[in-house]
Amino acid sequence: MFWTVTLTLFNGMFTTFEIFILTLLFALPLGLIIALGLLTPAKYILNVIIWIIRGTPLMLQLMVIFYVPGMLGYQVWSGNEAGRIAATVVAFTINYSCYFAVIFKGGIQGVPKGQYEAGQVLGMTRTQIFFKITLLQMIKRVVPPMSNEIITLVKDTSLARIIAAYELTFAGFSFMKSAGLTWPLFYTGLYYLLFVGILTVIFNIIERKLDYFKYE
Amino acid sequence: MAILEVNNLGKNFGKTKVLKDISFSLEKGKTLAIIGSSGSGKTTLLRCLNFLERPTKGQIIVNGNSLLDDSHGKLSERELREKRLHFGMVFQNFNLFPQYTALENVTLAKKLMAKELPEYKTKKKEILEEIDNTGKSILRKMGLEERMDHYPHQLSGGQKQRVAIARALALNPDILCFDEPTSALDPELTGEVLKVIRELAEQNTTMIIVTHEMAFARDVADYIIFMDDGYIVEQGAAKELIDNPKEERTKQFLTKY
Repeated sequence: MFWTVTLTLFNGMFTTFEIFILTLLFALPLGLIIALGLLTPAKYILNVIIWIIRGTPLMLQLMVIFYVPGMLGYQVWSGNEAGRIAATVVAFTINYSCYFAVIFKGGIQGVPKGQYEAGQVLGMTRTQIFFKITLLQMIKRVVPPMSNEIITLVKDTSLARIIAAYELTFAGFSFMKSAGLTWPLFYTGLYYLLFVGILTVIFNIIERKLDYFKYE
Repeated sequence: MAILEVNNLGKNFGKTKVLKDISFSLEKGKTLAIIGSSGSGKTTLLRCLNFLERPTKGQIIVNGNSLLDDSHGKLSERELREKRLHFGMVFQNFNLFPQYTALENVTLAKKLMAKELPEYKTKKKEILEEIDNTGKSILRKMGLEERMDHYPHQLSGGQKQRVAIARALALNPDILCFDEPTSALDPELTGEVLKVIRELAEQNTTMIIVTHEMAFARDVADYIIFMDDGYIVEQGAAKELIDNPKEERTKQFLTKY
């Protein structure tokens, strides 16, 4: 039984990983775009959107994304597993890009004006100043808060159970229904821990790599 | 012949006139110090020369070429860069790039510029090597032989400022500008930076120095401009101006030092 559970949970883990990686893939660039938008007059609209997204539960947003189109008569999500995962990724991307945007904005604004000016008086172009001077300083600033958010994302994937996407927590639950077993659910904690453990190691490596310089 | 000529330069921030009718000229190889209390417009004047601020009106002429006239067309990035390169700038807070070593700070801009050279592709290695060698020799002149591979956070304030001076010198500007170069330094570190600037003056580097170090200005500068409330109140030979100021406002200011 132990091996059956372990393998089944691995199956769920695969979906968890899929939601995680796809969300990151879409939310990172979208977050950057929103962050840049926050530095323009569009910030007024964007701030309202961010307020709504950060002000309501992610679980609720997930249900809205999954159920509301159907209620309005649009068949957006196919009824199968792929449709549920797609809806999850869309909801998570919207949610996480807003959190990422706020972090990125802080990173952009955290670079002192003097760094841009020093580049300007040395005759550098705007592109050169961004890629050669400010980008790395921004990255160094956002790595710690980003690692927090990304680790939270790992555990938030368990919310996908609410629309019956077969991720890790759902897989753990399934044994309760089918075999009356509760321990597989608790056993999932080990999978999350392992996943987060690997991410922590990666973030530590990145932080250490950027440790060779300190801000002015 | 004057290397720099500034005529009727004015700068407004909104309705506030920060610079009013600034006119002066500077000959090649001479050092000009700008003194005055905080808020008198000294820093803004330097920032206008470096095109970090766009002057509202007036002329800036370098080597007979007008960088700024009263036409108010929008400047392209390329035009701005060309204008800026006539001037070097050393900031009060150094503004070194923290992720680069002292040497990389000095060579970065030149290496980026070298990419635009037509022969860059074929002679890349020689070009980069030459830039490195020039950078090293400038740092050596600044007394930083042992510090070339250090990152800014590993340097003292005085060393940082000397790297910043080397970085500005590396591009061979016509005129090197200093914005209160010792104001962020401890008194015991001030000396090493002033010594470097003094040496540059002795080698006839054309410089404009905004400073609060009156004794230094009297000693090293050829000319001094005293500014107050956005105007040039008095300008003249350095020693003369400090020892025998003519204007009442200048006398008031100098008694504080």
